[in-house]
Amino acid sequence: MLIQVQSGSQPIYQQIVEQIRFRILSGQLASGDELPTIRGLAESIQVNPNTIARAYRELEHEGLVEKRRTTGTFVSETPRKISAARRRALLVPEIDKLLVLAEHLGVEPNEFHELIDSRRSAIVQQEPR
Amino acid sequence: MSSLSPHAVEIRSLSRHFRGKPALTDVTLNIDHGSIFGLVGLNGAGKTTLIRHLIGSMKALHGSVNVLGQDPTIRPEKLLARIGYMSEEDSLPQWMRVNDLIQFCRSVYPGWSDRYAAELCEMFSLSPAAKLKSLSKGGRARAALLAAIAHRPELLILDEPSSGLDPIARADILEAIIRTTADEGRTVLFSSHLLDEIERVCDHVALLHDGKLLESIAADTLPDRYLQCWYKSDVPSTTPPTIPATFGPSGDGTEWSVLLDLQQSRGGPDISVESAGTRWDLIRSEPATLQRWFAGRVRTLPNRQRTTVETMEVNESV
Repeated sequence: MLIQVQSGSQPIYQQIVEQIRFRILSGQLASGDELPTIRGLAESIQVNPNTIARAYRELEHEGLVEKRRTTGTFVSETPRKISAARRRALLVPEIDKLLVLAEHLGVEPNEFHELIDSRRSAIVQQEPR
Repeated sequence: MSSLSPHAVEIRSLSRHFRGKPALTDVTLNIDHGSIFGLVGLNGAGKTTLIRHLIGSMKALHGSVNVLGQDPTIRPEKLLARIGYMSEEDSLPQWMRVNDLIQFCRSVYPGWSDRYAAELCEMFSLSPAAKLKSLSKGGRARAALLAAIAHRPELLILDEPSSGLDPIARADILEAIIRTTADEGRTVLFSSHLLDEIERVCDHVALLHDGKLLESIAADTLPDRYLQCWYKSDVPSTTPPTIPATFGPSGDGTEWSVLLDLQQSRGGPDISVESAGTRWDLIRSEPATLQRWFAGRVRTLPNRQRTTVETMEVNESV
């Protein structure tokens, strides 16, 4: 698996999580596909094995992949439901960034909520399903 | 791995002077078995002096050094059989052929593996008949790496191994480092001023500066511990705003970024702070990168009035 890691931006494990998450959500990796072994990926992209293990754990928490005893890590067959706490943990940092920006731009809470609602309907309409 | 200590390397209060100038000052450091330990610092920070104490080429005059359970200067040959060492110097005897080097190492190291050496030759595209003199700098670095790892050392010490090498040779070195620790929990100590390499492969990072150990931290906790915060004001300032629990300011005029130590701050960054009669608003915050942390720790502003020392006073007055 070709994963690109850049230095000096996001933490490396997050870069790995995002790239694998994108591959799964976009269908490039299908249910039941096997991810490379931790050691194999570590050697091929020259990243500490613990970092790869942390990225895999993160993906497992999100329910995107599952570990099968003794065999390896696979893309989940049925995407497990992500817990409310986990959903919050993923969303809150993004929301915080938005709030700081909104605060600085002087966007009032009402306007902010309206914007979210209007963006949601715009995006949902575009969705094929 | 047979040593009883939980640490592959233990350094206690190590100090060293050269002609009256301090090269190392009171350095205390542990390196866990099985870790890839990165030693970072600017050129001249003391990295090589520290490493020379570990391989027995310098005796600890003040403080103590213990490597794999022994003092490196007592029976060093016993220790050197268990460690692998590679320095940035291109110091292999140029008249040797790759195969001569392999024969030489086999006679020195009891644990030498011909099979692994052959595998490494293949992997590094080294022809056993090639003279070291005829190889490129990257080729000689690969030969040095082969000589350092083919006896499967318990501890691999690399002093600026990739300095001046092409990216492919550097990648080969990093891969060998990872392979070394993935194999049965061997330990690697890796010094470099190339932070991108350190960030990729190390699980622990220690920062040496002017001979002092400024910080030693598990690499994956760094972005959880330090937050880079950007502040903006309407009034330009040539000195950074004073913000509690922060260090390493960088910026100019109306925008400054600081590193917030989340262990010292209460509940994250302040959305807005008053400093010298000016209001500074937080415009962005992100987990600190290794690069930013390094610069924040190492760089001292020309105006030294407002550094971490000052923030403590501010804390007390709040």
